[in-house]
Amino acid sequence: MRVTVIGAGVTGLVAALELAARGARVDIVERGTQLGAQACGWFAGGMLAPWCEQESAEPHVGRLGQMALDWWPRHFSETVCNGTLVVAPTRDRAELDHFGRRTERFERIGAERIAELEPDLSGRFRQALFFPDEAHLDPRRAVAAIAARLGDMGVTIHFGVDATTVPVAADQVLDCRGFAARDTLDDLRGVRGEMLLVRTRDITLSRPVRLLHPRMPLYVIPRADGLFMIGATMIESDHGGPVTARSAMELLNGAYALHPAFGEAEIVEMGVGIRPAFADNLPRLVRRGHTWHVNGLYRHGFLLAPAMAHQAAQAIFGTSSGEYSCRSS
Amino acid sequence: MNLYGIEVASRLWLGTARYPSPAILSDAVRASGTDIVTVSLRRESGTQRGGQNFWSIIRGLGVRVLPNTAGCHSVKEAVTTAQMARDIFQTSWIKLEVIGEVDTLQPDVFGLVEAANVLCADGFEVFPYTTDDLVVAERLLEAGCRVLMPWGAPIGTGMGLNNIFGLRALRAHFPEVPLIVDAGIGRPSHAAAAMELGYDGVLLNTAVAMAGDPVLMAGAFAKAIEAGRAAFLAQPMESRDIATPSTPLLGKAWLE
Repeated sequence: MRVTVIGAGVTGLVAALELAARGARVDIVERGTQLGAQACGWFAGGMLAPWCEQESAEPHVGRLGQMALDWWPRHFSETVCNGTLVVAPTRDRAELDHFGRRTERFERIGAERIAELEPDLSGRFRQALFFPDEAHLDPRRAVAAIAARLGDMGVTIHFGVDATTVPVAADQVLDCRGFAARDTLDDLRGVRGEMLLVRTRDITLSRPVRLLHPRMPLYVIPRADGLFMIGATMIESDHGGPVTARSAMELLNGAYALHPAFGEAEIVEMGVGIRPAFADNLPRLVRRGHTWHVNGLYRHGFLLAPAMAHQAAQAIFGTSSGEYSCRSS
Repeated sequence: MNLYGIEVASRLWLGTARYPSPAILSDAVRASGTDIVTVSLRRESGTQRGGQNFWSIIRGLGVRVLPNTAGCHSVKEAVTTAQMARDIFQTSWIKLEVIGEVDTLQPDVFGLVEAANVLCADGFEVFPYTTDDLVVAERLLEAGCRVLMPWGAPIGTGMGLNNIFGLRALRAHFPEVPLIVDAGIGRPSHAAAAMELGYDGVLLNTAVAMAGDPVLMAGAFAKAIEAGRAAFLAQPMESRDIATPSTPLLGKAWLE
């Protein structure tokens, strides 16, 4: 079977891998000229946090997301399984209680354990929630690794090709264009997310740290080479323009509140991505004519891509049961 | 109640921020039975065009939209945002917020009165978010406001009605002006208390949006507000410090 996947974002790449692994002859077309150039996942946090996400997402996201904790370590060796730490300043302890009520699979820990887990945060927080089973990865390295693996399997990514203008010849088409698919999926909306990449050698973290604050919750994710990703705003807008001063200030303020060393960090990059979301913020596999669409992964691209790719592959190959049978909306 | 010539049935108004998803927001709006929702332009837009999808969801709720100037810290910012809101939502209604203090998000009442003067003169129908200060309320009415929206407590705190005396004084001084408690409501009992004081309505957001089950909570608020309003109309008994038996003692049989 020949399958064309449209879009080389995380959803398209993971889906292509699942299809190729099942024996399909897969081509990927991507309008951008290189990997990540037009993908919102390029600016993602890369947290595989199905339990933390329960704080604001539907239980369904948590169930689908658990598959990512198995999938990513098998396909990307740099996946780090160190859990997630959730902290709050003493005056915002109510936020920690609120977070704990909404989530599960965590340990409530005190200052001593915080210092064991993250020595550089020693003495800064008295209480935290530790989610030991969660993981994280560097999105850019992860998509590069998947793309390389696809290359080994004989899958070509045709860059600079706009699938809306070039006819696609294949038995099946899987559209993973994210927000760009709004031309077909008119109930799709964009949710703007802004992030910063900073570099400092003055602090080391071993896992994503979420700092709760009633007005400005944020996370800081360690990456290789002294880099930290600080994210992310959630603005009901599909405007892709540069990061605003206000958002940058809020993100930097939060990081500074987490640890003053971030005050001296170098700002390496400021980025904006437009997350594709349906009204219920849940992902969907839908068919329009001869084309399957996987879309609406919202802010959970890396978390949900394995489960949605699995659903798509099952649908395309016409099998309905499987180890990870999931509800499709 | 009549607001700037429009008859409004619902006494519960909802803010549209911080819901887990637009779908849950829609369900909560339906469960609340509200016919007025507020929407913030400043933070939700990015640019004037960028927020179209979210706004069309809001318009699709089929209820009246009261745009607000949330997050504005100066008269100029608030006035500009109000003008933008008028273009986007095709309404002269504006919930005017001019924030004066970062930690409490307390209204800057001086800026508020100034902005209300500018906007009323420009044909806006202004719903000012204010404190429970009586003199400020007078100034807002002089500026041309026909509705007042005093706070119960600082935005998002859920502390309820912090100054019952002040709220009662406002009600007593302005018996004819629609008064809506805006901000600080955490639980349905707070909303019922505001309605029992004779307030005309309650606007809230966080208490519903951040509840474990926003849709269930929206329904709970609707019932509390209905109960509080009925209690006000039914003229509650006065409290007293000496017990009064509800069953007469005179003529009671001796069973010894």
